[in-house]
Amino acid sequence: MTVAVKTFARLADAASAVSTERGARFLAGGTLLMRAVNEADPSIETIVRSTDPAFVHVAVSSARVELGAGATMAAILAERELSFLHRVARAVGGPAVREAATVGGNLFAPSPYGDFAVALLALDATVTLAGGYGQRELPLDELLAGRERGASLVSKIAFRRPPGETFRFATVTRVHPKGLSVLSIAALLPLTNARIAGARIAYGAMGHTPLRAKAAERALEGRALDAAGIAPALAVAADGTSPRDDAIASAWWRREILPVHLRRLLLGVDQV
Amino acid sequence: MKTPIQLRLNGEEVAAFADDGANLLDVLRESFGDLTVKGGCWQGTCGTCTVLVGGNPRLSCVTLAESCSGNSVETVAGLRRGADLHPLQSAFMEHFAAQCGYCTPGMLMAAKALLDRNPNPTREDVVDAICGNICRCTGYEPIIAAILDAARKGARRSA
Ligand SMILES: Cc1cc2nc3c(=O)[nH]c(=O)nc-3n(C[C@H](O)[C@H](O)[C@H](O)COP(=O)(O)OP(=O)(O)OC[C@H]3O[C@@H](n4cnc5c(N)ncnc54)[C@H](O)[C@@H]3O)c2cc1C
Ligand code: FES
Ligand code: FES
Repeated sequence: MTVAVKTFARLADAASAVSTERGARFLAGGTLLMRAVNEADPSIETIVRSTDPAFVHVAVSSARVELGAGATMAAILAERELSFLHRVARAVGGPAVREAATVGGNLFAPSPYGDFAVALLALDATVTLAGGYGQRELPLDELLAGRERGASLVSKIAFRRPPGETFRFATVTRVHPKGLSVLSIAALLPLTNARIAGARIAYGAMGHTPLRAKAAERALEGRALDAAGIAPALAVAADGTSPRDDAIASAWWRREILPVHLRRLLLGVDQV
Repeated sequence: MKTPIQLRLNGEEVAAFADDGANLLDVLRESFGDLTVKGGCWQGTCGTCTVLVGGNPRLSCVTLAESCSGNSVETVAGLRRGADLHPLQSAFMEHFAAQCGYCTPGMLMAAKALLDRNPNPTREDVVDAICGNICRCTGYEPIIAAILDAARKGARRSA
């Protein structure tokens, strides 16, 4: 094995190393990257790590949530104030995976992985990129759209804490109790006078990266969350998606079952 | 390049040099000679390599060994106390929870992680604790029964 490992106390230094060293890859929990290292992936020459405490810091106030990108699924599950995200964190692998898997790593996990990123997309999260010359913030949609391009290091993720019971998440798997997602759906469903106002819906495994269901969001605007109110959204549920055939499911099947599970999520019927 | 790695392995301070980028599974087996830790896939998918790092379950095959330096690591080699088997090991024997035995080290450590935190687990807790561990032989039910039985016996002993 010929990879070098470089560990930095400051995240900014790690970010510089990722962008300047040849063949450098950032290692967070390692649940995906270490596979590639074990397989001697020739594109990986240097593993960059950081022990910066800010990287794993989790801050929750009544209005806002800030997650260090190095926060693990286990850390999310340990935080009572983040109970609305517990179903999401529990969807990511078994306990040993959750102990290592980070929120930041999930943003870069190839489909059908990326369940946590789906939730963050519905929550309208912004990400902060660490760089040798300072930090930059951008919407998660933008990061996901350009993620293949980049050697950028995400230092933290932030979003408004969803009021009441407005956030919902479901993952569909064929293997129980724990299989990879056939698809996942997250929705932020704010109501004004019992009508939807500004819904955000995101899908996992329905495209190359987690993506927004913009047609369904538009069709829900001003509607009630009942069978008649959601019907137009279900009719356009799969618009703009481009699922793939993989070992878990075919693209056709993903498109077929998407409205069924979106319906259950919107009506609050528990998934099986 | 070689990197120094120090661990508290099953309560004993140990140190060795390992290849840069080496995973914990290979280092435990090759540098520290702990062959109770098994490798199945080296991809994080089978769970047989599960060990406890700082008391938490981790897949040693996808854990960078040097990230554990200075930490405690527990493996099946540390479960037995002299001639006495750990209650989990006895329960696995009593319930025929091992056939070929390849998944057993990972199952035992995943179960230990659960019982260390939650001595009175429900069946659902047990299923979740081992949901990342694949067994191709037993059909899982004997393993679940063994873990629940070990929990009951452990609870009786400490009562
Ligand atoms: C058995 C098993 C089951 C799994 N099940 C699921 C599942 O159900 N759902 C799911 O979503 N995922 C699943 N995963 C995939 C994976 O564990 C998660 O997606 C996890 O969140 C990845 O995070 P990590 O910290 O381990 O990433 P790493 O392996 O450390 O990194 C993955 C990639 O992201 C990059 N990266 C990591 N952190 C950052 C950062 N802060 N900034 C920029 N780039 C970064 C790395 O360079 C690398 O390219 C599973 C994995 C395994 C092994
Ligand atoms: S060898 Fe580690 S999960 Fe299979
Ligand atoms: S006993 Fe054979 S794999 Fe579990």
